[in-house]
Amino acid sequence: MIFLELFGVFFLIGLFTFGGGYAMIPLIESQVVSRGWINIETLYDFIAVSEVTPGPFAINIATFIGSSQGGILGSLCATLGVVLPSFIVILLLATILNRFSKSKYLSGAIDGVKPIIIALIASTVIMLMIKTFFFGGNSLTSPFVIDRTTIALFLIIFGFTIIYKKITKKDFNTILMLLISAIFGLIVF
Amino acid sequence: MKKRIIDCLTLILVFLKIGAFSFGGGYAMIGIIQNEIVEKRKWIRQNDFFEIVVIAESTPGPISVNVATYVGYKVAGIIGSIFATLGLVLPSFLIIYIISLFYNEFISNEYVMKAFSGIKCGVMVLLLSTVFKLSSKIEKNAYFYIVFCLALIIMILFSIFLADFSWISLILIFIGLTFGVINTALASKKVKKV
Repeated sequence: MIFLELFGVFFLIGLFTFGGGYAMIPLIESQVVSRGWINIETLYDFIAVSEVTPGPFAINIATFIGSSQGGILGSLCATLGVVLPSFIVILLLATILNRFSKSKYLSGAIDGVKPIIIALIASTVIMLMIKTFFFGGNSLTSPFVIDRTTIALFLIIFGFTIIYKKITKKDFNTILMLLISAIFGLIVF
Repeated sequence: MKKRIIDCLTLILVFLKIGAFSFGGGYAMIGIIQNEIVEKRKWIRQNDFFEIVVIAESTPGPISVNVATYVGYKVAGIIGSIFATLGLVLPSFLIIYIISLFYNEFISNEYVMKAFSGIKCGVMVLLLSTVFKLSSKIEKNAYFYIVFCLALIIMILFSIFLADFSWISLILIFIGLTFGVINTALASKKVKKV
């Protein structure tokens, strides 16, 4: 029964991936590639596709493989499977934590972890910038090339949002900013 | 009852928007949620939002699904979490399903790839401003600077030298939580002495 199998495999992947995103690639290789549902090359092509399309990588890959193995019903089963573990775990935690919401230890623990969370996001963007600007968007072992167009486009968008904020005291609309970036991409690349 | 229905409808609309425009993974989405839910609609306080991000980061599954479920729960209970998660997942589900039908045409289209290179620049700007915005919301004492710098250096070193470093962020989060609890315990001891 392919639908049950899709649901089960993606349920396991959802349950055992922490941090989301590309952290699940090793599991996908061992569970999905080994079943012959996708080959390695298509998997890595699909990572590129997943970056062009919105939404979490987990949902994208589940929908894609589900569709290739079992049509629309297959993609529904795989997507439901990958979402369900997070959904259940978070609901359980939320109900438990709600009882401790006035605890000073809980708020103290959150205060303690704040700099770590900001450092995690900062390290992601720094690594992304290094890879995109100097390594053609690939890993650090690939040849070193300075991508002047991308750096210039980044600086223009960044400068613009800062000036906009200085003048209007408001953030520039994020969705509009992404749309403008896409249009600039079509023009300059 | 009526308020709850309106809350659920707003939740699904807001998360449909977030799901349709969250390029670049979970962290980029945190910036958009911060704008929509904490600042614009004031559904969740800044401190609770930090709590949600910490929990989303240290539980299994995609960060964005975790955040959506938790935000939905805080706003309108279990029904709210179903609506929020559905809203988040639906756009990527539909888009990828359609792409999977025309996969070969899509992947060889040069305009798609050009637009993507542009969007990538926008995503980096979005991530950077998320870092600045979140750090502007918290008190900057010696603890902040020391822990922030150490964690940043560790993360960058690990992501350069190790292929699979996802577990390192979990360890760092655990250390941060422990520091926080110890700090609270020490502070309450001091108060007792006085």
